Amino acid sequence: MLDQSEGYVTEDGRKIGGVVMEMKNITLRFGGVVAIKDISFDIREGEIRAIIGPNGAGKSSMLNVISGFYVPQEGEVWFHGAKRPQMRPFEVAQQGIARTFQNIALFEGMSVLDNVMTGRLSFMKTNILQQAWWKGKAEAEETENREAVEKIIDFLEIQHIRKTPVSRLPYGLKKRVELARALAAEPKLLLLDEPMAGMNVEEKEDMSRFILDVNDEFGTTIALIEHDMGVVMDLSDRVVVMDYGRKIGDGTPDEVRNNQEVIDAYLGVSHD
Amino acid sequence: MPEQLIFAMEVILNGLMAGVLYALVALGFVLIYKASGIFNYAQGVMALFAAMTLVGIMNGQVPFAHLINAIFGTHVHYFGWNVPALLAILLTMAVMVLMAWAVQRFVMRHLVGQEPIILFMATIGLAFFLEGVADLMWGSEIKTLDVGLPQGINLWIDETTLQIFDYGFFIDNLDIVATIIAALLVAALVAFSQYTKQGRAMRAVADDHQAALSVGISLNFIWIMVWSVAGFVALVAGIMWGTKSGVQFSLSLIALKALPVLMLGGFTSIPGAIVGGLIIGVGEKLFEFALGPALGGATENWFAYVLALIFLVFRPQGLFGEKIIERV
Repeated sequence: MLDQSEGYVTEDGRKIGGVVMEMKNITLRFGGVVAIKDISFDIREGEIRAIIGPNGAGKSSMLNVISGFYVPQEGEVWFHGAKRPQMRPFEVAQQGIARTFQNIALFEGMSVLDNVMTGRLSFMKTNILQQAWWKGKAEAEETENREAVEKIIDFLEIQHIRKTPVSRLPYGLKKRVELARALAAEPKLLLLDEPMAGMNVEEKEDMSRFILDVNDEFGTTIALIEHDMGVVMDLSDRVVVMDYGRKIGDGTPDEVRNNQEVIDAYLGVSHD
Repeated sequence: MPEQLIFAMEVILNGLMAGVLYALVALGFVLIYKASGIFNYAQGVMALFAAMTLVGIMNGQVPFAHLINAIFGTHVHYFGWNVPALLAILLTMAVMVLMAWAVQRFVMRHLVGQEPIILFMATIGLAFFLEGVADLMWGSEIKTLDVGLPQGINLWIDETTLQIFDYGFFIDNLDIVATIIAALLVAALVAFSQYTKQGRAMRAVADDHQAALSVGISLNFIWIMVWSVAGFVALVAGIMWGTKSGVQFSLSLIALKALPVLMLGGFTSIPGAIVGGLIIGVGEKLFEFALGPALGGATENWFAYVLALIFLVFRPQGLFGEKIIERV
């Protein structure tokens, strides 16, 4: 195991800092079904942390706990060294935790630009009256945030569809727009729920590159869920493996790959 | 120019003016529908409630006077002061915001994620409730509303047309003012929803609740805002209709005229509400003028609904509504 408090430098020269988020003994139940059972793990600053596991392992539930959409029955969530009180999802988002969804949740009727701009809402402090007056503060604020958004749009190479309504975009691009919206919030922690689900090989490569670039360029801490084992092992610094709501492995991709319990969970094991 | 044609022109102009008022009510419907996916049946009653509150405040009426007198055996009816129109409008707006908060807190919040038809039923309930509250608060007698808007025949138009056509057009000043105010209101609403951050958040909430939460938008706040804006539109419509035909309970029936307007214009389109209102306004006046005498008159009562029915058959999404395409 790595040291808990100190940071380290990865093989490719990225700096990983101290613990940003810590999940302590999280248990989540839906009626009689235990979706997450007593799981603890941490996420360090600047790292790409993956949560993997077979279908129904509780990965998405875990992500929903982090982003405040689900409230666990037991356990504590620590963020930046403080225990997080019970919060509603929009308050969690305002704390600097942005996310994408497994089955894309974009504002279909709005343009790409408007969608990404919604990510900046928490940076916009002017009130309704100032917005109504527009000149001065509100206008300056809009310009400033628009610049930030344009940078992200350039970064993710979606300039050409800037004004297109999202509903007209193909699946792969929608996923990228969703990432752009999450990035626009300049998140301290970025949660990606199956960013590569349903993509073809080329789209997967693009998305992997963007995830790595985001992490490299902005130093964004990323926690992601993914099915594609190959992708996960290439991308992530550390991996949590879940199965039937339990944690069965935690460590670097190499450690996890050689963990017998993980191999059993993925390949199946004969019970005799 | 033949006399008939000149007269038809006057009818069209009057129709356009009446259409503006229909459009004003329809606008309130479209706004809430776009922002929350709820068809707000109570919009007409909200206009009535706003107009009654405005009159009540201006005249210094004691709210719930009958109730208070019945319980305590007192005889209070008026405070004995008059509130200036502008201040009264501001106070009424405050009441509408309060109402928006109450609607969100006590009704809509408990119905999040329910079927649209259930939310629709809730607004029907709200309509009856609000009508009852309006009655209890301000009494049911017909009142006149005068906030200082110009009324009566516009002499300039009358004289100018008299010189040109040898026939003076009768255009009411109030209708002209209503048109100008409606145009300003629409421009303001479009600018608000397209360019401000609150407008953007509002559209986001209408599109996807989960996604809106994930970017840090408080649904409660947005919904209260949407109902407040609808209350504001209702107030404007209430002032116009109240000034034109007195503040009375039949005012809530104007909401029904908004339905054919919406079927024409589409439930999701602000320009649609305006154009729909104008078409209905001109259509029913022109129809009455051309065929009314032959059909025994009073065609204005049903013309709008027949037109809406025809539209439902050939263009169910309305003139400007979003086309519904089911992917199979």
